[in-house]
Amino acid sequence: MGEDLKKDLFKDYGQKLFFPLVALFISLFAGGLLIAWLGENPYIAFRHLFQGALGSATNFGETLVYTTPLLLTGLSIALSFRCGLFNIGAEGQYIMGMMGAAWVGSIFTGLPAWLHIPLTMGAGILSGCLWGVVPGVFKAKYGAHEVILTIMMNYIALHFTGYLVNYILLAPPGYLPATRVINASAKLTRLLPPSRANTGFFVAIICLVMVYIFLWKTKWGFEIRAVGLNQEAARYAGINVTKNIVLAMALSGGLAGLAGALQVQGIQYRFNDLFAFTGYGFDGIAVSLLGNNHPAGIILSAFLFGSLNCGALQMQSVAGIPKDLIGIMQAVIVFFISADYLLRKKLEQPLGEEINVRRGSAGQEVAK
Amino acid sequence: MTSEFLLEMQGISKSFPGVQANKDINFNLRRGEVHALLGENGAGKTTLMKILFGLYKPDGGEIRLKGEKVEINSPEEAIRQGIGMVHQHFMLIPPFTVLENIILGAEPRKSLGRLDQAKAVKKINSLSQQLGLKVELDTKIENVTVGMQQRVEILKALYREAEVLILDEPTSVLTPQEAEDLGEIIRELAAGGKGVVFITHKLKEVMKFADRITVIRGGRVVDSVNSSETDIQTLAEMMVGRKVFLEMKKGPCRPGKVILQTKNLKVVDNRRLPAVKRVNLQVRAGEILAVAGVDGNGQSELIEALTGLRPVAGGQILLEGQEINYANPRRILEKGVGHIPEDRQKRGLVLDFSIQENLLLELYRTPQFCRAGFLRKEQSLTYAENLIEEFDIRTPGPGIKASSLSGGNQQKVIIAREIRRDPQLLIVAQPTRGLDVGAIEFVHKQLISARDLGKAILLFSLELDEILSLADRIVVIYEGEIVGNLAREEATEEKLGLMMTGGLLAEREAVNDG
Ligand SMILES: Nc1ncnc2c1ncn2[C@@H]1O[C@H](COP(=O)(O)OP(=O)(O)O)[C@@H](O)[C@H]1O
Ligand SMILES: [Mg+2]
Repeated sequence: MGEDLKKDLFKDYGQKLFFPLVALFISLFAGGLLIAWLGENPYIAFRHLFQGALGSATNFGETLVYTTPLLLTGLSIALSFRCGLFNIGAEGQYIMGMMGAAWVGSIFTGLPAWLHIPLTMGAGILSGCLWGVVPGVFKAKYGAHEVILTIMMNYIALHFTGYLVNYILLAPPGYLPATRVINASAKLTRLLPPSRANTGFFVAIICLVMVYIFLWKTKWGFEIRAVGLNQEAARYAGINVTKNIVLAMALSGGLAGLAGALQVQGIQYRFNDLFAFTGYGFDGIAVSLLGNNHPAGIILSAFLFGSLNCGALQMQSVAGIPKDLIGIMQAVIVFFISADYLLRKKLEQPLGEEINVRRGSAGQEVAK
Repeated sequence: MTSEFLLEMQGISKSFPGVQANKDINFNLRRGEVHALLGENGAGKTTLMKILFGLYKPDGGEIRLKGEKVEINSPEEAIRQGIGMVHQHFMLIPPFTVLENIILGAEPRKSLGRLDQAKAVKKINSLSQQLGLKVELDTKIENVTVGMQQRVEILKALYREAEVLILDEPTSVLTPQEAEDLGEIIRELAAGGKGVVFITHKLKEVMKFADRITVIRGGRVVDSVNSSETDIQTLAEMMVGRKVFLEMKKGPCRPGKVILQTKNLKVVDNRRLPAVKRVNLQVRAGEILAVAGVDGNGQSELIEALTGLRPVAGGQILLEGQEINYANPRRILEKGVGHIPEDRQKRGLVLDFSIQENLLLELYRTPQFCRAGFLRKEQSLTYAENLIEEFDIRTPGPGIKASSLSGGNQQKVIIAREIRRDPQLLIVAQPTRGLDVGAIEFVHKQLISARDLGKAILLFSLELDEILSLADRIVVIYEGEIVGNLAREEATEEKLGLMMTGGLLAEREAVNDG
């Protein structure tokens, strides 16, 4: 019995890793073909991609810069998924987090860093939180669809911060559409100079561990997961579904908001008018899916996406291959992952009976 | 050479990784016969029929149709050979109409490949008339009842001119009345010269509908017998492989103080129409009060109100004299109310949670299993392991997902969880729906032993057998009202059946009027 169980577990892990790896491989291959089709040498392209991402300490540092926000937005999406919600609003929450941090980071002067840094992060978290709670309440109380709501919240965040930065918080003398630079006491320490890597990366990793513990080791996480998997059974067991939906959206928003705060405190030091979405929130969806909505998986997938994004810059500037290619490759990965999800949904049907029969009636050989 | 048999399967074997699903099975079918294939869940019934239908390739053995050896490699071939199968899970396309579903893939054509709908309609109508099947051809499948969907599946097979019709657990999705109707249809089919294979694990049905019965257990044939020459007890023992007690033995009932009382309870359904009207109930410690009734007469709403899942529209619910009208499942269950829900997969379990998590679904938050918000791993594991052993839940371990358990074992998880919480009142709904004989026996034993420990039990069941074998007292619910209140000794199946359909009520009114 024990042996069988072990075998099952390993099979499980194998299965979990198998599809993402295949997807990665196929997308690299497709990317290579595309590069060849563009008349460039795929080998050189990939070499620059790799070097750009990991070729030196500085490049590695820059990869971390791209990885950090994805870790948190990915985690944000995963947490909402675990509660059965699809928080498309991580983008807006991220933007709000940047704005909140830029404001608190710049208005307080003379604070010690040990106070100002967490205060600024807190402001980012709170702003993101607010942006998550609003759709959460509408979902939980009135059954409105969180996808629509959060998409709307994204636009509100984009244009609201645009208004703030251009009219209310515009840094004098006003040549640039940006807020004032935050005070040194709110800035995070840089690592691996001249790269912009900073201690924000460790903050993200700590969050990853905390979310893992929260979801799987505490009663609150137990409730969120129960609600996510079966609301009806959760209600039956005396779990407050409304409260948990709001809580999950609040935490999810807070994580995305923190991603924005770290971006301001570690990289940009101010809020620049965005004109368009940053994409970190949306990429978080792909990161979370690829990472199986699990913190351990998210580390791998965020790092993968971070490396690709960072390496793409060198690939573009040195080898002259447009970095949009990487966007295409990421899309291919996501495409295969979602195909895998659909497939697995079917395979997991109890008994696996239905699918066999369907295949059978399509006239294919079923039995070996 | 013509054969006495329409179908013969000889020495059929089939194994899956780790399981011998069929071993050397012999099975045959005559024209005009209903042949039941009886066995517990996992006995290998579906596998055998899927081999016949060309879905699995057997490891060994041969199949003869009308005396001739055939190889069936796909469902298409099976259909061409005159074999039709209605699967355990229906294979219909919900947004298509009944007609479209029936002819799908076998559409009659006019010139230029145009669909000859008139011809199809004519053929289907004549088929359904022969059988006395009523179907509305233009209704979409998503808008018809399960019973109707099944009739569509049967017509689909007949439309393709099946001579052998396989029905895989056709009654497990039906209400007792629908099952009754299906029995008629099956008899009609056999009378018309078809051969019907009827798969089931329900003993009563077999005796009622089948001419011959083949019992299989653990992938092997135990025996083939004529239904006129056997009885339910014998069949049950063949099926389970040991002595089973179909009628539970139970000691005398020693009712204690009143635990649950409802006073003029009113509850509304989702459309805000009254579903429960002025219901007065009393359940005492140490007794099983059964609520009999046809499905949809307010039972679900009543259960939900009692467990706090649905607000009360009027009247009172008292638990040991204290009002528990607040619609708050958590507070009610913490007051000592256990609930074995009617739909175990939708409400009773989080299927993607492990068995351990499901066993702790209501207790994870108590100090015993949770300190400062953190779940206590050791305690939870020990608790789960103990319950698995005590309630004989068949699983490789507590970490396995509940979805991978069989229905009977899933129900055991729920029962273990609710009984071990030590409630004073246990509300139990359809506790044996879809379970096989062995599991039913287990569930009934647990309920009786809970009663003997002094719990008050309120049992809702659509199965009269179950009510008669468990109840100490019986009330009948009809259109949201209690229309009868009987001691167990007064109750008979006929009397209950009459009351459940409002018969007694009509009688009483007639007396009052006159
Ligand atoms: N496709 C399959 N793959 C592996 N094992 C299977 C498959 N189908 C059935 N089995 C196993 O074969 C046995 C018989 O199953 P089945 O024929 O479905 O039983 P029944 O229909 O009598 O309930 C069970 O142990 C089941 O788990
Ligand atoms: Mg079966």
